[in-house]
Amino acid sequence: MADTAIPPDTAPHQPGTAAPRRPGRPPAPQRPRRRPRSRATAGTGRLAALLVSPTLLVLTIVVLYPTLMALDESLYGTKGLDPKTGFISATEPFVGLKNYTDIFTQAGDRFWNAFWNTTFFTVVTVSLETVIGVAMALIMHRAFRGRSLVRASILVPWAIPTAISGLLWKWIFNADGIANVLLGRQVLWTADGFSAKIAVVIADVWKTAPFIGLLVLAGLQVIPKEVYEAARLDGASALQQFWRITLPLVKPALLVAVLFRCLDALRMFDLPYILIGAQKGSVETLSMLAQNEASNVRFGPASAYAVLLFLYVFLIALAFVRLLGADLIGGVGGTKKRKSHAVRVPRRRVREVAA
Amino acid sequence: MTLTAKWRQWLPHLGIAVVVAYCLAPFYWMLVSSLRSTGDIFSTSLFPSTVSFENYRSVFSPGQGFTRALLNSLIVAGITTAMSLLLATFTAYAMARLEFRFKRLILTLIIATSMFPVVSIVVPLLKLFTDIGWINTYQSMIVPSMSFTLPLAVWNLTTFFRQMPDELEHAAMVDGCTRGQAFRRVIVPLAAPGIFTTAIITFIAAWNEFLIALSMTNKPSMQTATVAISKFSGATTYQTPFGSQMAAGVVVTIPLVVMVLLFQRRIVAGLTAGAAK
Repeated sequence: MADTAIPPDTAPHQPGTAAPRRPGRPPAPQRPRRRPRSRATAGTGRLAALLVSPTLLVLTIVVLYPTLMALDESLYGTKGLDPKTGFISATEPFVGLKNYTDIFTQAGDRFWNAFWNTTFFTVVTVSLETVIGVAMALIMHRAFRGRSLVRASILVPWAIPTAISGLLWKWIFNADGIANVLLGRQVLWTADGFSAKIAVVIADVWKTAPFIGLLVLAGLQVIPKEVYEAARLDGASALQQFWRITLPLVKPALLVAVLFRCLDALRMFDLPYILIGAQKGSVETLSMLAQNEASNVRFGPASAYAVLLFLYVFLIALAFVRLLGADLIGGVGGTKKRKSHAVRVPRRRVREVAA
Repeated sequence: MTLTAKWRQWLPHLGIAVVVAYCLAPFYWMLVSSLRSTGDIFSTSLFPSTVSFENYRSVFSPGQGFTRALLNSLIVAGITTAMSLLLATFTAYAMARLEFRFKRLILTLIIATSMFPVVSIVVPLLKLFTDIGWINTYQSMIVPSMSFTLPLAVWNLTTFFRQMPDELEHAAMVDGCTRGQAFRRVIVPLAAPGIFTTAIITFIAAWNEFLIALSMTNKPSMQTATVAISKFSGATTYQTPFGSQMAAGVVVTIPLVVMVLLFQRRIVAGLTAGAAK
């Protein structure tokens, strides 16, 4: 830090002291990335490789390698009696794609149940969270006082571990719990059944709607005030302002939030596992099914389910990217160019609306 | 002026009250329930008739092994956070500052990893770790946790580094620092708040982890706090010990809530950095 504090007037007189030790480097790299492109990229390329490779190595070990293992493992059956010899086999028999084709037979009932539960939870929770989250964001955006109080309280459901919030809601939905007292009737929420699904949805929406609210609020805050002023001058009603201005401009932030939440909901595990329990048909998700099979040492089918869940998540993500393309990538991968582009959109709108 | 004008004035306040109540009511219920005595536990009054720390005493009784579980959580989440931050700082610096081929692709891949269903890696790793005898070890929980903490940390730090002006390190390099020195002496100290925020967010993610810790342990002494609480047993087989579960829940959550209250501004900045831009 000390050498950056050289008084500005001394530096030009003594260029020798400040000169870089390596003569190959441009002495004043004001824009080192643009001008001497070939040489600079060769140097930074090596440095980048050095800096990025540890992360890529770790992710290869903890993500790519297990995924390939799962693909391989899903082709094997479970240890058991070998029908030919009558002995208990010591190794897992190779069964090819049988674990996958099994989902279309009687054995697949549990898989399809878990698949539809997962889909149900994703669609229902994400829709509810989006509506509640946007409403929350609009309220918070209007509020001038008490903003830090709201911001703090909105982070509380997010910070509580999902496992703990599962227990918390189990207590609320207990047969003699507060939920039934408030409703004035006896609903067996945490027994297996449709009410169990509702309990999971309520608990999940409570935990994550504020988070969507937070992301949407961030999106709202970058919309320039002038847009609304112009719209008001043109006589747009509050509802028109919401549909025509707020929603389109906040769309990129909202889409990123919805995508993140969808992918999160597709892998839901902790909440139904703790709130209702393992192997409960009404709430069993694909994650729960795969984990349960694996913990019962049925690694082949477990891997097949895990691979299918992975493909499901991948397809949903791909659909989002395809449908919403640039908006989404602008939000996710945002380089500097993209950022300035994102800011430019509202400005152009200002002119459009003001014109 | 009129009734509607008055409404307009009060509506935002009412809205705020609703939002705060929505977020805090269930947490408040956990807090209140944890302070009730056993005989009082099914009471539905808003305040405990007598404040009792019975549940907290039973949570920390030696038979429960909860202190050990807290220590396990601290070790697993702490080491996971430290390792993720170390690697992520280097990667995020490269992502924010250097131009190189496949940069966007690599960043997209890293972020995509955090969206990965954890169970897809838990199943094969469970088999591998069973074969090599890693079940009930810290590393069996730390290594898989890196799969989601590392991308999270890279993503967060990249946005923080991008917000810092380029001129800082250029000035340092003009003054004779190499890129590495500029990074160590100028960038890292100035990015400390960002690194700190990322550490909090990463730590919370690792601390809240359940699926990996559940699958990789079967010995109570190696379970993390979230798993241990879910397995608390009551006095009788059919009774769930809600009192002590709520108390333990409060103990596990309070540090996070305190962190959130202290650093809310920074945490919000970290969480929303990606979505708003």
